[in-house]
Amino acid sequence: MNFDFSDDQKFLKAQARKFLDAECPPSRVRSVLDDQAKAYDADLWGSVAAQGWLGAAIPEAHGGLGLGHLELCVIAEELGRVAAPIPFASTVYMLAEAVMLAGDEAQKEAILPKIAAGEAIGALATSEGPGVLTPAALKATVSGGKLTGVKIPVTDGDIATLAVVLAKEAGRPGLFLVDLTAGRVTREALSTLDPARDAAKLSFDGAPAQRLGGAGEGFALLEQVLDRAAILIAFEQCGGADRCLEMAKAYALERYAFGRVIASYQAIKHKLADMYVKNELARSNAYYGAWALNTNAPETPVAASAARIAASEAFWFAAKENIQAHGGIGFTWEMDCHLYYRRSRQLGLVAGAPRVWKERLVSHLERRNAA
Amino acid sequence: MDFNDSPEEAAFRAEVRAWLEKNAPKRVESPDPEGGDNLAAARAWQAKKAAAGYAQITWPKAWGGPGGTPIQQVIFNQEEAKYPTPGNPFQIGLGMCVPTVAAFADDETKKRFVGPALRGEEIWCQLFSEPSGGSDVAAARTKAVRAPDGSGDWIISGQKVWTSGAQFSDFGIVVTRTNPDVPKHKGLTMFWVDMHDPGIEVRPIHQMSGGSGFNEVYFTDVRVKDSQRVGAVDDGWRVSLVTLMNERLAVGGASGAGWSEFLEAARTVSGVDGAPAIKDQALREKLADWYVQAEGLKHTRNRTMTALSRGETPGPESSIGKIVSAGVMQDLANSAIEMLDQYGIIDDPELAPLKGAFHTSLMFAPGLRIAGGTDEILKNIIAERVLGLPGDIRVDKDVAFKDLPTGR
Repeated sequence: MNFDFSDDQKFLKAQARKFLDAECPPSRVRSVLDDQAKAYDADLWGSVAAQGWLGAAIPEAHGGLGLGHLELCVIAEELGRVAAPIPFASTVYMLAEAVMLAGDEAQKEAILPKIAAGEAIGALATSEGPGVLTPAALKATVSGGKLTGVKIPVTDGDIATLAVVLAKEAGRPGLFLVDLTAGRVTREALSTLDPARDAAKLSFDGAPAQRLGGAGEGFALLEQVLDRAAILIAFEQCGGADRCLEMAKAYALERYAFGRVIASYQAIKHKLADMYVKNELARSNAYYGAWALNTNAPETPVAASAARIAASEAFWFAAKENIQAHGGIGFTWEMDCHLYYRRSRQLGLVAGAPRVWKERLVSHLERRNAA
Repeated sequence: MDFNDSPEEAAFRAEVRAWLEKNAPKRVESPDPEGGDNLAAARAWQAKKAAAGYAQITWPKAWGGPGGTPIQQVIFNQEEAKYPTPGNPFQIGLGMCVPTVAAFADDETKKRFVGPALRGEEIWCQLFSEPSGGSDVAAARTKAVRAPDGSGDWIISGQKVWTSGAQFSDFGIVVTRTNPDVPKHKGLTMFWVDMHDPGIEVRPIHQMSGGSGFNEVYFTDVRVKDSQRVGAVDDGWRVSLVTLMNERLAVGGASGAGWSEFLEAARTVSGVDGAPAIKDQALREKLADWYVQAEGLKHTRNRTMTALSRGETPGPESSIGKIVSAGVMQDLANSAIEMLDQYGIIDDPELAPLKGAFHTSLMFAPGLRIAGGTDEILKNIIAERVLGLPGDIRVDKDVAFKDLPTGR
């Protein structure tokens, strides 16, 4: 049994933590949160690129480090821990994964080295309005290689250079690569729950679009991309959830009420124990997701669903109960609790709400049990 | 990251498989998880394992074990579970009682008890809980006083409760109050006792679930030698911690009907709109939650096994096992029964789905949430030992035991 990260991967994780503790304290997250004009921390993005993290899982032939997805998982956990205000998920878990999964050689050649070098920012553009997007409701259309339609919200849509867009071509859904710097697209920044991770409304008016993967495979490919992204995001969520538990613990050990530290009351102790239980369940499910992702296992959809459901639940619970453990001070802008409360919602929705993943999971289990 | 054995583990697994194939029973009459009936078969299987060095794999050679590793014990358990072996009534003795006695006893006593227990010839029970204290073990009231004849013997009187296997045990370890004039932790002493003593009476407890897996044990002027004392006089709390450290490992998680059985039942039962209940979105979400929790526990065990496999001390994550599985068991059973609507009240195995497995779980789950550490005690343990939060304030810490308020 070897169901854990290797010593090398744990070393990478320790290095990443050290780096981010120095480079991404809460003040850096706040500098993006508090400044409406600032969509992400470009300096941090540059130093993360210099670490080689953007290309950790990209093959060396395409300019990456060629390490693998397990290494990407440990980096993701550390990014989640500090609530990093950079478009890492959009670029690495979504754009790079989509291109590695479905791109032809020319597309890989053109895009992956740019991602690894920090010269591209990605975005995944699927949603067109409130509610779950279904094939029947999909409106964006590609005709003659030109994309027309509106996508809202698109995380990092205001800063991305390259988007993966879900649209119909000849009535069949497909994924398309759209260069957002080439014109025929209007970007409007949106006010969102987590201003440290911006989003935009993208209106395409005949923007040049290149198909990624087969015609009509849009939703099937999207599911595969989201499976991979969900596992990586689950590690960010685990990192954030663990950080919330640490914050709650530290505060409960220094705050006195009724003559003793509040950490000595069972109401607080049991709350923190509940957080710990959920965090460990999330971590174990995320590990299984990591194994599935790294080995490209047929179990990946089920593993990804379980990882996403457990991690979304754990991070949400830890983020909201962290505020509760802090009491009034936790509700202030100055305390960092809300950075994680916001991020838990951003990460919990960006790859699709847990409710949708629960439905996917049960559908898979039904088929598996019937077989 | 993978689920494979190391080369050494694979070799050990192959050796175990070959031995089991040759020696394990292929069929067992009335298997009983409590190990209560079919004692003869259980003893025979235990003797076979002991002779082959598989009874307590991690026990040192000095105790008659092979001095193996924890991961070897896990591998043996996994492989043994594939056979219909008899129940294991020896585990409480081998896992908790005998190691406690051995840790404090002289070589002669050790030699006297270790071998017969290992071979399944003698069975042990643990006499800790009392009607007045379950979670608060140190509140024990069962008294041990010196015999007035100056022999140095002790006379034990009182009552223990929730004692698994007392009805067929040969020996037990008992926590007694020897000094009521000092705070509770400081006045306890442990003894081993012969369960065949005429002053000991074992009465089965009729559980709310209908079964009787546990007992009350009454001590009426039971005379024991001072040589039966385990550890120093009034040092019984420290001794009992040696026993309790092993208890969390010994009390397993929930078994029985799980998410997979629920899914199968939901295919055939009619839901609110006449479609099969499995199409009910609320039930589907619950099913997903139970699956995620069950998988989380499975892979937490895999993480623990990995630590053992690497020769490391497992992290504290294994402490979440029972608290999660017992809660899921109760919630899942209740939802399964509600899914049946009015029909859910029927627990007749002839009529209820899965021969009433969900009903059995529903009625057993309250016990599982209490046994071996209540949900609340386990949360305290996680908070204090894993997260390092302060212990509860103990108003009884500096008060003589005899002066403690006791309710009734």
